[in-house]
Amino acid sequence: MNIPVQRPAPLPDGLVVVVKRDCATCVMVAPLLIDLGATVYTQDDPKFPDGVAAIHDHDLAVSWHHDIETVPTLIKVQGGIEVERTVGWVRDEWRRLTGNALLGEALSAFRPGCGSLSVDPNRVDGLRARFSGHTLKARRVELADLDDEMEILFDRGFTDGLPVVPPTAERVLRMLEGTSRAADEVVAVVAPDLVELTVEKAAINAVMAGCRPEYLPWVLAAVEAVCSDAFNIHGVLATTMPVGPVIVCNGPGTRAIGMNSGVNAMGQGNRANLTIGRAVQLIVRNVGGGRPGEVDRATHGNPGKLSFCFAEREDDSPFTSLAVSRGCSPTDNAVTVFAGEGPRCIVDQKVRTPEELATVFAACLRTLHNPKLVYGFDAILVIGPEHANVCAEAHWDRERLLAEIHQRLQLSGAELVWGAGGIADGVPEQFRDATLPKFRPDGILLVHAGGGAGLFSAMIGGWVNGEMGSQPVTTRVTQRR
Amino acid sequence: MTRELLDPTSERSPSTRERLARPTSLSGQVVGLLDIHKPRGDIFLDELAGLLTGAGAQVRHYQKPTFTKPAPVDLRHEIATQCTLVIEALAD
Repeated sequence: MNIPVQRPAPLPDGLVVVVKRDCATCVMVAPLLIDLGATVYTQDDPKFPDGVAAIHDHDLAVSWHHDIETVPTLIKVQGGIEVERTVGWVRDEWRRLTGNALLGEALSAFRPGCGSLSVDPNRVDGLRARFSGHTLKARRVELADLDDEMEILFDRGFTDGLPVVPPTAERVLRMLEGTSRAADEVVAVVAPDLVELTVEKAAINAVMAGCRPEYLPWVLAAVEAVCSDAFNIHGVLATTMPVGPVIVCNGPGTRAIGMNSGVNAMGQGNRANLTIGRAVQLIVRNVGGGRPGEVDRATHGNPGKLSFCFAEREDDSPFTSLAVSRGCSPTDNAVTVFAGEGPRCIVDQKVRTPEELATVFAACLRTLHNPKLVYGFDAILVIGPEHANVCAEAHWDRERLLAEIHQRLQLSGAELVWGAGGIADGVPEQFRDATLPKFRPDGILLVHAGGGAGLFSAMIGGWVNGEMGSQPVTTRVTQRR
Repeated sequence: MTRELLDPTSERSPSTRERLARPTSLSGQVVGLLDIHKPRGDIFLDELAGLLTGAGAQVRHYQKPTFTKPAPVDLRHEIATQCTLVIEALAD
């Protein structure tokens, strides 16, 4: 790390004024500064204001470290400590801070100031990196002059096979603005290498995934959930089955960050959906060491292992949301992670009654993984709005629909035993006379999502459930305070 | 100016460790057989146990609670302190 630690110098005692020439309000108050006896810092023109021996804040260090957002800013300092400030030109305030009751008699009583150069959008990332870069603990990867930064990221194995956004200090610091959690706070211990993940490392991977800072709290919540013992990311990685973390987002925050819960909700085209899920997978890869062909032993995998994240369509849903059904309040922002494969469409364009709908859902869900395998796998049922309307018109709620589906999935052991129906797999012979449920009682997670047109739903098959496999985990999102 | 990126990884520098020398004989060795709890792993390991015992080794059996999760720390410690060699079986 070559960037020297920058410490803010204390301001001199007395009055301090920060100005720039490219500000009409600063130009207006400039004549007053000649006899004010203040220490004046000028951000742009070192000769401004005329007749004042101003200090040129050439690197904007003074402005940055003293949080100057507006010029002019008048600050009163005692014993090296700021006691009061006023921004822009508010005559009464200037008179009170300077103790000069006649100050600016010829000027109007009020004129707003201009933006400080230290918060100029074109400069702020560079300034943050220069003055706060030393707070980042991550090892630096130095690039040679001829290195292509995109290629370096591939060569070092940092990507998921697609290009990533190069994680510069500027971008990572900007990402960290998305959370009030400390950069060195440990978020989770990431399998398989069981490495402590800091907020900073999460932010680096979130930058690479293409996240905006406001997505970071969602990434942190999802990665916490994925790294819980109940979710068991180690097993989800190591299995030969094609599953990865499927992230369902709930709460008003999903709308605030622009997530897609409607048309093509599980597809391409929405930055928040795609980059939140991708960031989680990059963290598992880069921090946890979970890479395909190493600990990840999936026979086929699925494209959702790049990213599989979407929001529930809550606004017009006839059902309580997934997060509420799992203990959250409707105002909570939450993520539910599920070890799932890719989605498969359930089509029934003739369905008009909820009984018919439950029946077709049951018939399709029965085929999950193998029509003869029962109880060991959960599923997400993503009900489309047109199918949901069929339930709404008949006043079927979440509990009723799920109960009706479960009721239709009580299966005869004789159909399920090894070899029955010409299919080798199934259940041991001892269950021939039993009635076996396809799913455990809480084994279907209902989510309302998708576009408004199409009598379609979707199912997402899970991995081994229960204590020896993966349990769905719901975690609340900690918003920036 | 040097361009820098931030390392997204765990920064565990892979340190190359020398492998232990292969034993010249199985006689007198204590061989741990770790069944990771996959179906039929026990059949495979029982076959090995017979061969190893015949070659003069002492055999100890261990089992992970589930193949889906890493071996518990206590189990790893137990094997490390009780055995001179270990064989881990994956089966299906």
